[in-house]
Order: sequence, then C-alpha cells, then structure tokens
Amino acid sequence: MKIVVVGLNHKTADVELREKLAFNGPRLEEGLLRIKEIPEIREAAILSTCNRVEIYLQVRDVQKAYAAVKAFLAHFFEIRIESLDSSLYLHEGMTAVKHIFRVASSLDSMVVGEPQILGQLKDAFDFALERKATGVLLNRLLKKSISVAKRVRTETRIAENAVSISFAAVELARKIFTDLSGKSFLLLGAGEMAELAAKHMMTNGVKDIMVANRTYERGCELAREFEGRPVRFEEFPDALVHTDIVICSTGASTFVLRREHMQKAMRERKQKPVFIIDISVPRNVDPAINDLENVYLYDVDDLRGVVDTNITERQKEATKAETIVEEEIETFRKWLSSLDSVPTLIALREKAEAIRRDELERFFNRFPAMGEKERKAVEGLASSIMNKLIHAPTVALKDEAEDRDMLTEVIKRLYNLNGEDDGKE
Amino acid sequence: METILFELALTFYFAATIVCVLELFKGTRTTSRIMFSLVAAGFVLHTLNIVARYFISGHMPTANMHEASSFFSWCIVLLFFFLEYRYKVGLLGSFIMPVVFIMMLTSSMLPRRIEQLSPVLQSSWLMIHTVLAFVGDAAFAMAFGAGVMYLMQEHYVKSKHLGGLFRRLPSLQILDEINYKLITIGFPFLTLAIITGAIWAENALGRFWRWDPKEVWSLITWFIYALVLHVRLTLGWRGKRAAILSILGFCVVLFTFFGVNLLLKGYHSF
Repeated sequence: MKIVVVGLNHKTADVELREKLAFNGPRLEEGLLRIKEIPEIREAAILSTCNRVEIYLQVRDVQKAYAAVKAFLAHFFEIRIESLDSSLYLHEGMTAVKHIFRVASSLDSMVVGEPQILGQLKDAFDFALERKATGVLLNRLLKKSISVAKRVRTETRIAENAVSISFAAVELARKIFTDLSGKSFLLLGAGEMAELAAKHMMTNGVKDIMVANRTYERGCELAREFEGRPVRFEEFPDALVHTDIVICSTGASTFVLRREHMQKAMRERKQKPVFIIDISVPRNVDPAINDLENVYLYDVDDLRGVVDTNITERQKEATKAETIVEEEIETFRKWLSSLDSVPTLIALREKAEAIRRDELERFFNRFPAMGEKERKAVEGLASSIMNKLIHAPTVALKDEAEDRDMLTEVIKRLYNLNGEDDGKE
Repeated sequence: METILFELALTFYFAATIVCVLELFKGTRTTSRIMFSLVAAGFVLHTLNIVARYFISGHMPTANMHEASSFFSWCIVLLFFFLEYRYKVGLLGSFIMPVVFIMMLTSSMLPRRIEQLSPVLQSSWLMIHTVLAFVGDAAFAMAFGAGVMYLMQEHYVKSKHLGGLFRRLPSLQILDEINYKLITIGFPFLTLAIITGAIWAENALGRFWRWDPKEVWSLITWFIYALVLHVRLTLGWRGKRAAILSILGFCVVLFTFFGVNLLLKGYHSF
C-alpha cells in the first residue's frame, strides 16, 4: 500500500516532450484503463494539463510499478524510453502526498497561485472515479488535497494579486471604480495587447465600448468584434468626455493623447475619474497627464512594476502555504496509519466481546435461578456464536489481499469502529 | 449603575479600537468579526447607559459635556453599523473607532453629574435639537473617516506604489460616494439643528439668535459643508478635494463641539 506519483512538469520537461505525453480526449480513457491493467497497480488517476502530466497511483511495489509505468508511457506515446530518463520524476509515500498537496494548492505551478489547477485535478480524479480506477486511498487523498488547497486559498493571499499585465489593469480599474459594468471604455488604436486588455475589461462587465483607430475601417471591424461603436480617430478627444477607462496602443511614435486633451475633457466631465492604460511602446500618452487630478495613468512599465511586486507578494505567501501543507501532511499520515488493519482487528474483537459480555449479564439478571452448569453452557454458546460471526471478517482482514485497505475501511464503517472519529474531516 | 454601564462600554470600545488598529497591520476575517462583536457589545451597554440617564434625569441626556460627547460617540457607532451593513467597507472601523474611543475617553474624564435643567430649558426641543445636531455631526465624523481613507487610497493609486493597505482599502469611487452621501445626510441635519435651536431659543430665551459662540461656529460649520456640496455640484470638486474639505469640515465640527466650550463662553453648557 504505497502512494506514488510519476510524472513530469514544466520544470523537468520542455514543452515538446509535454506535448507528446499529453493524454488528450480518448487517449485519457485508454491510457487510464491500460495503466489500471498493470498488475502492480491497484489505483490510478491521470492528470494531464499543458504544464504537467502526472499519474497518481496506489501500488504494491514502487520500483516495479515505476518501471512498468515508464515502459507504458514510452510505448503508449511512441517515444524512446531513454528520453524520459531525465524528465520523469517519481515520488513515493509521504513525499508523493506532499507533492499532490502542493500541486493542488498551486504551489508547484508555473504561475504560483493560479487557480485553474485545482479544477483540473478534481476533473482528473472524477474521471478516474467514474471509471472505477481509484479506490479508498486515492479518493481520500483527493478530498484531502482539495481541502488543503482551500485552506491555502483562505488563509494566505497566494491567489489574490494579479500576475499578468492585463489582469493587473483590471485589478486597478476595480480599485478606482469598484464595479466596471456601468463604465464606458475607449480603445485607442488596435494593438494586440490592447485587444487582450479590452477583452479582460469586457469579461469584467464593461459594456459601453468605443474604438478609435487611425484606419477607420479597422476600427469598425474591432468595434463589431467587441459589440462597441467606432469613433473617428480625429474625434477621440471628444469621446474622452464620456469615457472612464482608456486603453491606448496606437503604434505612433509620439504622444497621441496630450495633456491639453485630458485637461479639457476633465473640465467637461466635471472631474469624474479616468483610468488610462498606455500599453504602447514608445508611449502614446503624455506622462504629465498623471499629474492631473482624478486622472490615473499607468504605462506598461508601471503595470509591470505592479505585476513584479505582486509576484514577490505571492512568493511570500507561498512560504506560509508550505507550512499549511506540512501540517496537513501530518493529519493525512495519521489517517493512513489508521488504515492499517491490525487496530481494526482489535477493535472488531473488542466490540464483539463487549456485546457478548453485556448480553450475558442481562440474561443472567433475568434468570438468577439458573444453575452453574447451565450458565457455563450459555456462555459457551455466546462465545461460539461471536467467534463464528467475526471469523470471516478477521480472515479477510488478515489476508494480504489487494482490497484490504478498502475492506478495513468498510468494516470500520459497518461495525462503527471509528467511534468518536466519525464525522470528522 | 449607569456609571458602570458607561465604564463597560468604554472598555469594550477600547478593546475594539485596539483590534481595529491591529487590523490595519494584519487583517483576517476573524479579527473583523471580533472587532464587530466588541463594538456591538459596547454599543448595547452604551445604549443602556444613555437610556438609564434619560430615566434618571427625566430629559434627554445631552445636558453637559460628558453626556454630549457620549451621545455624539453613540451616534457615530450607530452610523458605523449602518454603513457596514449598507456598503460592507473593509477597514472603516480602523479609521472611525479611534475617534469614537477618544471621544468616549474625553467624556469619561468630564464631570458626570446628572444636570438639573433650569425650567426654561425643559422642553422637548432639547431632545429634538440635540439629536439632530449629533446625528449631523456623526455623519460628518464618518465623512472624515472616509475622507482619510480616500486620501490614502488615492495616494497609493496615484503614486503607483500598491503596497500597504491598497488591497484592503475600498475603491476610490466607493469612498467618494460614501463621503458625499454622508455629507448630504449631515448637512440637512445640521440645518434643522440650527433652525430648531433658534426656535427653542425663541421659546425659552425670547430671541432667535444671540451670536453666542456656539451659534456662530455652527453657522461657520454650516457654511463649510454648504460650500463642500456647492463646489462638488458646480465645479466637480470630488474625490481628493472633497476628501480634504470634509476633513477640514470635521476639524471645525470638533472645534465647535469642544473648542468653543474651552476657549469661549456662551450659554451652551457644552
């Protein structure tokens, strides 16, 4: 009964190899079934994302299972087995548990704290569960990983700060305007970055969108794409009066949006705040605009600065998260050791004994006149019923069978042997 | 009995203030929950104290400085709960509870005797006038808190140093909105307080207006907040300027409340 992780990720394998090893669509099901067929392996789940391919296993013999899985991967994806040597890692026992906890909590991700990985992990295990590839141990491990990830999420700020420029822009906009849904938005120019930022703004609720581009036709095209309206480029200073957020990326070599434009617009809009994002290099917005009241101008370097501090912030939070992971490993270890069948055997026998004693006592109290000989006979009868009843489960638990962990768990639940531990977790 | 209630309320507010200040450095959901329970406990005791004084004296307990600053604080806490319920603004407590605590502490150091009001002043105008005045002042106090928060947040965004409290302070728009709303609440209350004060003075003393220092400074306060609203609506003085003005305005409120009594003599006993 060993938990094992075999896999590779963005740190150990380049994208070329990761691509080759991706379990996509039907390959996932096929791969999972094939792995499950390996005799060494009792439980299995496969996680396949663009940054990692990992196989979670419960095995009898670690080295044999590892060799088998490695051979399987090479065969299944038609690559040379040596190419896996340097990139494939193997974690076993508590190290494997720790690894899964760290993956779930997004501590092992390329962008630490990114939230998608937990969902992907859940999907991977759900998929395996539906195909009956996982059992008590891996299911429990997944449940625990989710709760660890949630604890990390709530107790640290690991996922709080934006770590991409366009997310940082949205985050800032939220600190200026709260709710972006009622805000109007002007896209000045049509650079790729600007489009991306515009899309982020839209998914965050901005509805009223204007596009001003040098070539009017291209502007119209973009406006259609964003369900906004085109504005003639010469007329953009007038549009500023009704704009709360400006994203500028024109590719011009000088300042397109000048201080006078903004000054005039601010007067006309009665100083309602404006957030300007200048993504263009060289800059298209006069930096002096930031000195105007209620105007907040961020250029690419500013946003990059925000992102950098956010990343340092996340790393700080990550150390806190590691402590949480360590704590949780301890509780999982306790659960694992409770899975061992010996304590369950003892508990089962004790429970049966207790019942026998209680029932005999009640019986003798009801028939006090009973003679010594009869008493002995009744006691013998009770003992032999008890022993026969617990004989089969005892044998089953003692047997080194494949499903012993599951049986232990089942017997604990059927006979309610967990006592006060019930309902915990 | 009512003194014990007061002391207990003060103690709870003190504890809440400590938690509030700690929250600035490291806030979690737990600290804010603790802070709320402490403020709520203090508020209940405080309310009982005010009710008790009302029944002992037979009039609204706003007849001396002790009672007045206690009631002033009570109004601020009431508004604080209301704002929290309405806007769920993080950290507002950290900026307003210290004000409440200092006000209560001042109150605790002032003579606590229960005043026997001279018959001329005994009328329901006492309650109407003082409640209006303090609700108005409490709104200005909260606007002050929101103004300070605005200036901090504006500084973070403008200077592009997004550290410190940037993440936990609410957005500029919300802070400005709260600031504005509070002044639009405070201003009519202040106006009505001045009007009812004049009517009461006419009834009790025979003259609407006597150029008493308290009256003069209340009028100055009124002009300041009238100006705040006016320039906001006409010139678009919002955000930073509105925040600065509301901070200045509250300083004048405090002077009208404490300073006038300490430095200038008039018939307002507080």
